[in-house]
Parts: sequence; C-alpha cells; structure tokens
Amino acid sequence: MRPGPGSTLMTYLLLAGMAALFIAPLLMMFLGSLKADHRVLLESGSLTAFLPRELSLQNYSDVFRRSEFPRFFFNSLFITSCIVVCGLVVNSLAAYAFARLQWRGRDLLFNLVLALMILPFEAIAVPLFYGASILGLRDTYAVQILPFIANAFAIYLFYSFFIGMPRELEEAARIDGASTLRIFFSIIAPNAKPVFASVAILTFLTWWGSYLWPTMVTIGPTVRPLPVAIASFYTLPPLQWGDILAFGVMMVAPVVLLFVIFQRWFVAGVASSALKG
Amino acid sequence: MAAIEFNNLTKRYDSGIHGIHRLNLKVGDGELMVLVGPSGCGKSTLLRMTAGLEEVSSGEIRIDDRVVNHIPPQQRNVAMVFQNYALYPHMTVRGNLAFPLRMQKQPAMLIEERVRRIAEILDLTPLLDRRPKALSGGQRQRVAMGRAIIRKADIFLMDEPLSNLDARLRVEIRGEIARLQRQLAITTLYVTHDQAEAMTLGQRVAVIDRGLLQQVGSPQEIYERPANAFVARFIGSPGMNLIQSSLYRENGGIQLQLGPRRLPIPQRVLTDFPGLATHSEESVLVGIRPHAIHLSDTDSNETLPARVCTTEAMGHETIVHLDTALAIDNSHQARGDQTHLLVQLTGHHNFSAGEQLAIRIGIDDLCFFDSDGEAIR
Repeated sequence: MRPGPGSTLMTYLLLAGMAALFIAPLLMMFLGSLKADHRVLLESGSLTAFLPRELSLQNYSDVFRRSEFPRFFFNSLFITSCIVVCGLVVNSLAAYAFARLQWRGRDLLFNLVLALMILPFEAIAVPLFYGASILGLRDTYAVQILPFIANAFAIYLFYSFFIGMPRELEEAARIDGASTLRIFFSIIAPNAKPVFASVAILTFLTWWGSYLWPTMVTIGPTVRPLPVAIASFYTLPPLQWGDILAFGVMMVAPVVLLFVIFQRWFVAGVASSALKG
Repeated sequence: MAAIEFNNLTKRYDSGIHGIHRLNLKVGDGELMVLVGPSGCGKSTLLRMTAGLEEVSSGEIRIDDRVVNHIPPQQRNVAMVFQNYALYPHMTVRGNLAFPLRMQKQPAMLIEERVRRIAEILDLTPLLDRRPKALSGGQRQRVAMGRAIIRKADIFLMDEPLSNLDARLRVEIRGEIARLQRQLAITTLYVTHDQAEAMTLGQRVAVIDRGLLQQVGSPQEIYERPANAFVARFIGSPGMNLIQSSLYRENGGIQLQLGPRRLPIPQRVLTDFPGLATHSEESVLVGIRPHAIHLSDTDSNETLPARVCTTEAMGHETIVHLDTALAIDNSHQARGDQTHLLVQLTGHHNFSAGEQLAIRIGIDDLCFFDSDGEAIR
C-alpha cells in the first residue's frame, strides 16, 4: 500500500530535521571561522550564528601566523597515510591467509584476532606506552604508525569480503600458473576494490582524529598531529574563537572531501561486508 | 598430449565419507573420456584431484607415467574449464585469454599473436575488449574454452561446462567442443551429469555412482550392455525399466515369469546370456528399454494388460506411464520414485488416463541382472 501524502510529508520533515541536526554544528563552525572573533561569541547563543554576514578569511590567516599549521597538517597526513597504506597491505594479506590458505592453527588465531575487536584501545594504551618508551620510540613518527597498522576490524572486513568471492577464480588462476601472491595481487585485490576503499576510509577517519595516543607519545611540535595541535592551539593566549573554528574547519575538510569522493565505494564495501559477515 | 591413469584412487574427507573409492581408470592419449553420474557421485572430485585442486587420500594419479599426486596444479600442465567459467571479471576477453601466457612469461608479441589466433578460431575477435559481464553465456563459455586452449596444455579438464547454457546453445557448443577436441587431439576429461551429453560427446564414458566406478565403455556398449542396474537406469532417457522377476527351469529350458505370464527363453538368448543358466530358480531383475515395449492390437499369451496413468507428449515421440501387474524395481536409481512401466512410442499418441492397453515385450530386447543388480551375462 502506498503511503498517503500526509505520511510522506511527515517522513520528509523528520528526515530534514535529522539532517539539519547533524549539519548544524559543521555549518556553525564553517560560518564562525569566517566571522570576526567578537561576533562569534556574540552570535553563538542565537540563530544569527547561521547568518553569513561580514565574512572574511582573516581567521585562516591568523591560524597560519600563530601556529605551525602546515607542519601539523603534514604530520597528520603522513602518519594517517602510512597507517592506511601499510594497513591495507598487511590486513588484506592477513585476511586472505585466514580466508583461503590452509595452515595449522589458522582458526584459533583468527578467533583470537576477532577477540581483539572487543578490546578498547584505552585498555592497552599504558602497556603500549611502556613498550614504546623502552624502545626509545617516543616523539617519533614510528610510534604513531607501527602499533596501528595491523587492525582486527580491518582484517574482519577483508575476511568477510574474501570468503564470499568465488573460489573458482583462484583455482583457475592457480591452474593458469599463478602463485599465491600473484593470485592475491592480480585476481583478488582488483576484484575487492569496494572493501579496500571502505577499509581505507574507516582507517583514515579513525587515525586522522586520533587524540589519546599522540597526546601520550608526542612531546614537542615536531611530530605532533592536528588533534593534539588544536588542543594546544586552544590554550594559546589570547583565546580567539574564530581562529579555533578556522583551525577546526581546515582539520575536518580532508575527511569530508575523502568521504564525498569515495562515498559510493564506502557504502558498497561496508554494506557487502556487513551482509556477508 | 598425455595419457592419464588412476590407480586405486581414493578421496576420503575428514568426515570419513568417500568422495572417490579405489578407482582404477585409464584415459588414452588424445581420448575424450566423459565422466557421468548423478550429483554428488564424485565425478567433479576426480576432476579436481586430476587438476591438483584436491588432495589425494590414497592411490595415485599418473600423467604420462609420472605420478602427480604431490605436484602443484601450475606444474601439471592441465587446463580446466569451470562450470561457471571462472573468467576474471576485471579483465577484458583479451586479458583473460592472455593471462595463462603472461604467467608463463611469454614474450608480448607471441601472446598477442596467440590471442589473435584463438579469438579467430572461437569467433571472439569482435569481443576482445569487452569485460565478461558484457558477454552472453555462450560467449563466456567460448572465452573459457579459449583460455584453456591457448596454453597448449597436455590435458583438458571440463567440469560441466554447458550446464549454465540454454538447451539450444548446449547442443551447438557441444558440437563445437567435440570438433575442437578432435582437431587438437588433446586428452580430455569431461564431467557431466547429463547422460545425453555423455552419450553424444564421449569416445568412452565412465559411469560413477557414490564414488565407485560402475562401468567404462563406448556410449553404445554402455547403453546396450549396462554392467549393472544403476547404469541401466541412469543411461538412456528415459532410463531402462527394471522389473522384478524369477527364472524357472521347466521342460529342459528356462522360463521367465513376467507378471501373470510365464515366457520361455529362446536358445539364442540363452547363448547370448550363458549366465542365465546358473540363475534359474532365482529372483532376477529384467531390464527393458522403454522404446523396446510395443503396443499390441490383440490380447494373447505373449501380451500383458496395462492401464494408462499419464502420457508425456514430446512432439516426435510419446512417453506413456503404465500401471501393470509387473513389479517395478526402483531401488537401483538415484531417485527411487518410479513405480510405473515407461513406454516410449514414436510419434504422437493420444491416450486417456485409465485406458486399457495390451503391451508386448520382446524377449530379445531384455537385459538381466541378479538380485544385487549386477548384469547376468
């Protein structure tokens, strides 16, 4: 039965309300970043915060003048990219080994990896910190990259996708003369683009905004990523809300851009993994 | 080209179930051998073991006198066509055809030349830049064939390659496969569950059931002289009627009890089946092909009364299901659900359900099986 016009209208109103609720903070941040500092505070308690009046890029210029934004941006980009790229290789290969290869202890190890998914990072942060200190890795890029390359959830997403792929493709390639690694890189990976995209985006989102671990292991500004840098910037006198919002916009922009570009693959990858899982 | 030999080959799964049990079979150099049997009988397992995709539990597989049990698939020089074709979806037809040669690290010029030639042979030239999803079932099948041929492998393995095609295309490509196989004279193992495909394609046919080899022979031999009741029932469309019966020694000869009638077995039949003499006074199964049962206009001592249950009009022939006084045996078939005597009549016949007929069974057309289902010869 088709819903009546009243019901459709209600549904659209509800959806529009929900969308507004999610977009409002981002919009407020974006407009605030283009307004003079005193106006940001003045308008923050009313709907005038959403009115685009007397806009300028002064706050953005201030951010570059008052902080080492390009360095922090590079740090975040470098750290996150390394985690994403290395993670895609390591986790997909691990998942393939779990999904397709026959080896002793495979199922036990896979269950242990799955069990890691329920372990919150906070539970292992302190022992990991001790380990990094003993190895002399504090305040380096390596300490912010290496512990996060292998990821149980990424392995699970890859595994769910690979297990659903037709086995005959690999068997045909094996008979055609391909080795296991060749099969992976020539047959499996090109046919698993959606799951590679969704794992890349999920990993990027997770580590782009990571705050706890970089706070623990970074000391100076040299290898500091954006989330820690914005926290330091916030405490930098004088307190300039417009500058902080401009910093926030520049920090969030790559994430939004990435999602907009890869949205189709992201949704397809997560949906197929969830269905098969 | 190469010969294949299976010696006491066994595949036992972890659950203890036998996929293949002590199978002995030789496939000659350049021969097309069809493995046929019902679903789950182990024929695909045998093919996969030959390819190296399944481990052998015991026994050996020899390819040209070389035991290949532990040789990986890529070193056996076999080519396989899968049931669902297993074309690489992200590659074009050209990429699919070239893949085995790229794995052999052949020069690009040679790859290009071979792809062009195979595409010509299989009429794939206009499709070379298409992806598999943009091809029809028949075109995909031809690409899969091309990928197997291009390598110049010693052995072709085909795992039900026509089962995803419609009936018309199946007949067409069946002929194409037979032509290619003859042209290339390459040793081929062809798996199918379709006995019509087996009969038309195979130089020899191996019938397998529950992991056991039932009979090997030419299609005609298997059709006319089945080794046991299973083969008799499985081969032929429809399969052979099996009737529970008894043999009696009487007046110096042997007589066959067929329902209410007791028919003398002529000396020429006893000469063809000398084993009948040792089975007199025993229960036997009598096999008769549906086309060898005839309608009779008159009742006599040589006819049996029958009642029409259903008819299946096939156009060029009519299959009639009859209720008779004969005890139909249905224990030697994959699905034990046949309770009627089947009669295959040429042309179109109109019978109404319940109509009374008289049928005549020619004693020269019978096959005989003992109580275990083994052929009496």
